[in-house]
Amino acid sequence: MTSTALRSRAWKLLETVTTPLLPSDYLDLVSPLRAGADLRGRIEAVHPETGDAATVVIRPGRGWRGHTAGQYVRIGVDVDGVRLWRAYSLTSPTDRRDGRVTITVKAIPDGKVSNHLVRRAKPGTLIQLDQATGDFVLPRARPAKVLYLTAGSGITPVMGMLRDTEFNDVVMVHCAPRPQDVIFRSELHDLAADKKLRLTEVHTDTDGKLDIARLDELVPDWAERETWACGPAGLLDAAEEHWTGHGVRERLHTERFRPGIVVAGDGGEVTFSTTGKTVDADGATPLLDIGEEAGVLMPSGCRMGICFGCVTPLRSGAVRDLRTGEITEAEPGVLIQTCVSAAAGPCDIER
Amino acid sequence: MTAIDPTAHLTSEQIEELGRELDAIRDEVIAARGEKDAAYIRKVISVQRKLELASRGVLLFSFFPPAWLLGTAGLSVAKIMDNMEIGHNILHGQWDWMRDPKIHSTTWEWDHVSPSEQWKHSHNELHHTYTNVIGKDNDLGYGIMRVDEDQRWHPFHLGQPLWNFINACFFEYGIAAYDLELGKNLRKRRRKNPEFRARARAVGRKIRKQVLKDYVIHPLLSGPSFLTTLAATFTANLVRNLWTHSVIMCGHFPEGVQVFERRSIKGETRGQWYLRQMMGSANISGSKAMHFMTGNLSHQIEHHLFPDLPSNRYAEVAVKVRALFEKYELEYVTGPLPKQVFSAWHKVFRLSLPNKKPKARTPDREKELLAA
Ligand code: FES
Repeated sequence: MTSTALRSRAWKLLETVTTPLLPSDYLDLVSPLRAGADLRGRIEAVHPETGDAATVVIRPGRGWRGHTAGQYVRIGVDVDGVRLWRAYSLTSPTDRRDGRVTITVKAIPDGKVSNHLVRRAKPGTLIQLDQATGDFVLPRARPAKVLYLTAGSGITPVMGMLRDTEFNDVVMVHCAPRPQDVIFRSELHDLAADKKLRLTEVHTDTDGKLDIARLDELVPDWAERETWACGPAGLLDAAEEHWTGHGVRERLHTERFRPGIVVAGDGGEVTFSTTGKTVDADGATPLLDIGEEAGVLMPSGCRMGICFGCVTPLRSGAVRDLRTGEITEAEPGVLIQTCVSAAAGPCDIER
Repeated sequence: MTAIDPTAHLTSEQIEELGRELDAIRDEVIAARGEKDAAYIRKVISVQRKLELASRGVLLFSFFPPAWLLGTAGLSVAKIMDNMEIGHNILHGQWDWMRDPKIHSTTWEWDHVSPSEQWKHSHNELHHTYTNVIGKDNDLGYGIMRVDEDQRWHPFHLGQPLWNFINACFFEYGIAAYDLELGKNLRKRRRKNPEFRARARAVGRKIRKQVLKDYVIHPLLSGPSFLTTLAATFTANLVRNLWTHSVIMCGHFPEGVQVFERRSIKGETRGQWYLRQMMGSANISGSKAMHFMTGNLSHQIEHHLFPDLPSNRYAEVAVKVRALFEKYELEYVTGPLPKQVFSAWHKVFRLSLPNKKPKARTPDREKELLAA
């Protein structure tokens, strides 16, 4: 017998020993970061960067495959007992000796996860991780001249790049409301002092929003530079228009923050994605009824919210709990009870 | 069926008002649910797993009597925790709000021969929706017992104390058979029904796995302690079965608990549904440890009102619920375990004998009782 076959036999036997649980359920108790476990990480430190931003140092599990500068990672954090997933850019260099990675998080108003990470996260906490992903990355071939155009927390993926790869000629234009809001400010100034970077800070509280036409004056040779831009949609839209207008669109790489803002309304168009049916729903009829009327096979039971026999993934959009009025927005892994939930805007139910 | 309706003094407005007050209690808990609750269930799960591991470890040396005692006791407690505070409550969806796919009603499997999928249907859906409705809620007497004066007596019922005792010893198998609705399905030539056969196969698979683990693999792993480990596991399962059976008997069988006619739930309002749960359930009083070991089913009344609230909240909810019972002048059936177990068993014995035929009975009810 080959060793793989042997190992799988042994594993089967082990599964019999632990049934109905899995061996991993027990191993997770002692070694949640081991190879072969679901990918997790442990928060080892949280360093404040500005008044509302902090860098979170994470020890990823053994299954972590590393990242490329500029990529982001999705993390699952338990906030008030509820697991929420968000994506953050990695800000650590790819060759960090201690094997840890960092993300840098800016607390956004009402942001559940960002505020939790910046203000309440404790070292020692386990979080869930996905592998790093994203194609806002540096190319293999080194460009001669580079421009980084960033605003606010849009600096985070670029910081990952700056810390990772040195170029001969790098210019950065960064916008933030005030000097003290510039994340990584002292590090940027050090780089500038070492002549590794030419830095222009735009303080929007005093200077106003960056007018993209000002680039000619700030970085006269911008059109010759391979550019990475990250920041709010307004800035990126303007940049794309500007680069396209000058016929150099291919030099511009942009990274947009997740646009997924759900507007919770009253009723909306409901898509049953598995069956491919789309119907209009009001804000008072349970999605279970809506689905059944549309001829979709919906699991059900008590039809009054107690048996959990009707839970179904919510793929996108938002629903309202008809008993409490509570709004649930789609996130990976979110299941809803269709018998007591109604559409709160357009939504997609996996049935 | 009770001759006097203990809710007769309530107007329908009062019943709806009661429903609103109960909804408010539920909303309060939901709004407060959070980190502490999540930490609680994670802790319980981790303690259960460690206890089970440790007990199985000790049983490797069970040829040594003190080790046998310790391991058997630990394993019994671990199995009770798995079934009650953890399994039963997770399968109710009480912890779904955490969005942790590992602690979720759709993924959880428990140390029990009834596969969780089937149990969720017969328990969450049938029993909790149709609580104590004769002919609809099979939990009432599990199809083998006469639980109400109005049910027709049959000589078969003479043996019901014995049936009940046997059921208690092999309770998990009883539950599996009951989830399959074995009586009905075997009797009525539904044996061939593919849906039933698929479910029966699933139970068969689960039983095989459970038996293999408890009675073959673990004893074999114990080597020289083979026989003593076998005996220990058997004992732990027996203890767990007797315990869960007792707790569950206390939930709906003690004297003072009402049963209902099928007709009475037609067009039931939310308030009336709540009222039926209140009148159809009974609690067990006792210490914190007692509540924990019953999986908080000692708060059966609260659990039936709010089956999806996290179990660790029932104790605080009970105070408010009890106040409502008083306000609406309803009887809150509760008592210490021995008293409630005695009361339930007493009823089993009493109803094993025929009673005087009750006078008033609707034709509708007659039919149901015959069918039940
Ligand atoms: S059908 Fe029972 S909870 Fe939705």
